[in-house]
Amino acid sequence: MNGLKFSRKQLGIPYAVFLIAFVVVPLLLIILYAFTKKVPAGSETFTIAGEPVSFAVSNFSDFFSKQANIRVLFVSFGLAIITTVISLLIAYPVAYILAKSKFNKGGVLLILFILPLWINFVLRTAAMKELLYFIGMYKSNSFSFVNTLIGMVYDYLPFVIMPLYSVILKIDKSYAEASADLGAKPWKTFVSVTLPLSMPGIVSAVSMVLLPTTTSYVISDTLGNGNVTIVGKLIETQFLTMHNWHAGSTIALVLLVIIFISMFLSGKFTEEKDESAGRANLW
Amino acid sequence: MVKKILSGSYITLVLFLLYAPILLLFVYSFNMSREIGIWSPDWGFDLYVKLWNNADLMETVVNTLVLALVAGFISTVLGTMGAIGIYYSNHRVNKAMNELTKIPMINAEVVTAISIALICTMFGFGRSYASLLIGHVVLTIPFVVLSVIPKLKQMDNNLYEAVLDLGATPTKAIFLIVIPEILPGIISGFLLAINISLDDYIITSFTKPSTFKTISTYVYDAYAKGGKSSSVPALRALFAIIFVVMIAYVVIYSFIQNRKSKREGSR
Repeated sequence: MNGLKFSRKQLGIPYAVFLIAFVVVPLLLIILYAFTKKVPAGSETFTIAGEPVSFAVSNFSDFFSKQANIRVLFVSFGLAIITTVISLLIAYPVAYILAKSKFNKGGVLLILFILPLWINFVLRTAAMKELLYFIGMYKSNSFSFVNTLIGMVYDYLPFVIMPLYSVILKIDKSYAEASADLGAKPWKTFVSVTLPLSMPGIVSAVSMVLLPTTTSYVISDTLGNGNVTIVGKLIETQFLTMHNWHAGSTIALVLLVIIFISMFLSGKFTEEKDESAGRANLW
Repeated sequence: MVKKILSGSYITLVLFLLYAPILLLFVYSFNMSREIGIWSPDWGFDLYVKLWNNADLMETVVNTLVLALVAGFISTVLGTMGAIGIYYSNHRVNKAMNELTKIPMINAEVVTAISIALICTMFGFGRSYASLLIGHVVLTIPFVVLSVIPKLKQMDNNLYEAVLDLGATPTKAIFLIVIPEILPGIISGFLLAINISLDDYIITSFTKPSTFKTISTYVYDAYAKGGKSSSVPALRALFAIIFVVMIAYVVIYSFIQNRKSKREGSR
């Protein structure tokens, strides 16, 4: 093994190179594409991938000046927020009951709630479409929005139950007991003791649902009957149908900025509680 | 008592809603009707035979599995090496790499997808199997790294030093001591990577060669924009099979986990 000597540290080099080449540089490329525009050959400042381009900020004004795009942004965030709230309302009691009850021995019942996640996401959404057809939710186009909403809640519910469950499970029982001993009604105990203590779970559930529902257009495409467009779909259209990579990158950059800001804000909330690992713990 | 009944029925109701679409497709996978909702008198395994004979769909299934295995394997090797490297680097490198690792998890999938399509076009292999593979590795590798690092933290560092003192080269020490110690993390990272790759639609659709199909893109094409199962009834059979395989997998997995924790508990 003499020719093949490496220490533990050096093992990370290929990974670092990979991350820089396929995570960091691509994000910089998005910025470059967002601030450039395709121009006729001859008038270019430089070329990217053989395409003559020059700097321009008109991509942004083009995007924000279209009424339809602004509408899409509102629909996306509206859908995402409603989905998150409904999911939390449905999931909180589930997580609470599972964490407190005796029939969830060894988390067996919990597995039942997580199991659907193992079925292909697109197939699961398709199954929901079949069910919605079955109960007559496609008789009118006015149901498109509601159907999309149902699908989103359905697909993301396990992602909300998990973090809530693990946080509620860890809450020390004696806090609630103390509150009861001091004369608080059960409802009061819940609102002023249990709920604030489960805040970290709520924050990580929100961070797991809000972003995918804003951008992942599979559900709205499958269930919305072509009547619901969300911001992720705009990027796809620009990229795959219009072949305007500059416009696509512009929207992607807008999203990136929003993600960056919201990560910053939620990071302040959770104080460096390794929350992206939460998603890894789900499976 | 009332509380117990209430909470029990709430749990049952939510479970029922979660499984209703799955059960519907499962039941109709044994029925030959063109459309769900119209019960056909003949039922049996015909749809499964149809699935088996549908060359296009079978090729899609194989494509999906091969892609997940290959991407999962690359992610696992590269990610495990990365995790070891990160863990033993100095504090600043460690922190920077940890943040970089999380980017694909935090980022919207569609942004990752477009960024990979851009870089691969730049390098001259846009929309090929290579770009597809890179997309899936980028998507899955953080999960491998994040399942391996906790195992490294649990490991007794003296073991590695002891083997070095006994004359092993660092390379040998890694294979002899580190890898076996963190193997459970590597395996769960691999399984996670496969699962995420199998699930993916957006990155796949941005990076795949135009004729290549995975289960996700196949189902999406069949269902998006008003389509429904009548286009490909055999998909119901595929759905049922995936469901059964997943149940079997989860049951076996938790059985093994249970036995392991029992054995460790008795130690």
